[in-house]
Amino acid sequence: MFDSELSIHCIHSMYSGINISQTDARPMYLQIMEQIRARIVAGDWAAGKELPSIRALAAALSVSVITIKRAYLDLENEGVIVTRHGKGSFVAEVNGLAAELQEEKIDEHLAAAAGLGQQLGLTPEELADRLRRAIRNVDRK
Amino acid sequence: MTQTKHIEMRNVRKAFRFFTLEDLSLDLEPGQIMGFVGPNGAGKSTTIRLLTGLLAPDAGEIRVLGHAMPAAQTLAKRDIGFVSDDMRLFGHATLGWHMQFVASIYPGWDEQYARTLVRRFNLRPQQNVSGLSSGEHAKAVLLLALARRPRLLILDEPTSGLDPVARHELLGEFMDVLRDEDRSILFSSHNTVDVERISDRITFIDRGRLVDSSDKEDFLERWRRIHLQLPAGVALPELPHVVSRVQDGLFVTLTTNRFSPDLISFLGAGVREVQRMSLEEIFVANVMHHRETRGL
Repeated sequence: MFDSELSIHCIHSMYSGINISQTDARPMYLQIMEQIRARIVAGDWAAGKELPSIRALAAALSVSVITIKRAYLDLENEGVIVTRHGKGSFVAEVNGLAAELQEEKIDEHLAAAAGLGQQLGLTPEELADRLRRAIRNVDRK
Repeated sequence: MTQTKHIEMRNVRKAFRFFTLEDLSLDLEPGQIMGFVGPNGAGKSTTIRLLTGLLAPDAGEIRVLGHAMPAAQTLAKRDIGFVSDDMRLFGHATLGWHMQFVASIYPGWDEQYARTLVRRFNLRPQQNVSGLSSGEHAKAVLLLALARRPRLLILDEPTSGLDPVARHELLGEFMDVLRDEDRSILFSSHNTVDVERISDRITFIDRGRLVDSSDKEDFLERWRRIHLQLPAGVALPELPHVVSRVQDGLFVTLTTNRFSPDLISFLGAGVREVQRMSLEEIFVANVMHHRETRGL
């Protein structure tokens, strides 16, 4: 049932980019979900790619099986991955999924900016001006 | 078809002159890691001695890998690997001698895996055990248990006294065992960081009684600390599932063990912050609450 030492080392290096931080206040399953999403958004993990099995990823990250299960289940509910019973989990074959995730991300950042603007007492117009200025700065680069 | 539970304890009682383990029930399914957490003197080691057949219960039922304990302990022990931090190998013999000795007793001994572990743990089979550091000794004891490929590993404080690097290596090795869905681990610890990281189920005990036992994610989802600022002149009513409440003027900190969004909408605008809790914080709050309820 056990892989040889060589393949275990391969698995370690394959997912070595996924980290659990103890100083991150978010629960471990959310940290894992976000790092998987990031790989899918970036196109590193293409549609149809098979994800590591729950137990393999748990072993590679030294994190409990139940934590990885929770992360996969939530990613499945979001439509980011699909799980075929007995076959494994795969990156979902949804057109524009990456774009969808990017848009969610943008909404998150804009909501955060809106919240900060309110705290600083900015009017919607002032905030919009700042956004335009930021866009001009990006264009210049 | 239901699989045989790896551990089944039902209403177990064991009395000593100054300590009684009372009404303990515990389940461990194949493929799971259970973290068994309690303060010093809670009854962790007594429980483990009952599970490994070193003690017989006064009342209740214990089954390990389907075998009644302690009656069928000879059968059960073939498939149990037990490691405790007070185990001592023979100082005048080498690790290699110990490996041969264990291999001659247990038919499941996996020589190739043993050699892999020797390399990964950076041990030397030809070295006398008396020359090992405490961390190397702990790794050697664990190697002897792991290489037997037991279906159930029972580990009493396996990471206590180890440096962070050795702990990291051991945790990695535990998780590797769990790649196989038919193996399981019960480990006792008061290092809640290790327990939080690798356990699927967590059981808290205190002063001989079970405090709480549940899936780890469930624990982490249920417990929250809520910081409130009350409007002047308003008193906070009694709330259900609040295990502790500390008030300083208008500022109140609540700890709940049954968090729900309803609670937040009930508390309304006064909520300043809702915090998740680490397993250590949950453990302490849980034990304190349990002691209060029992009037201790």
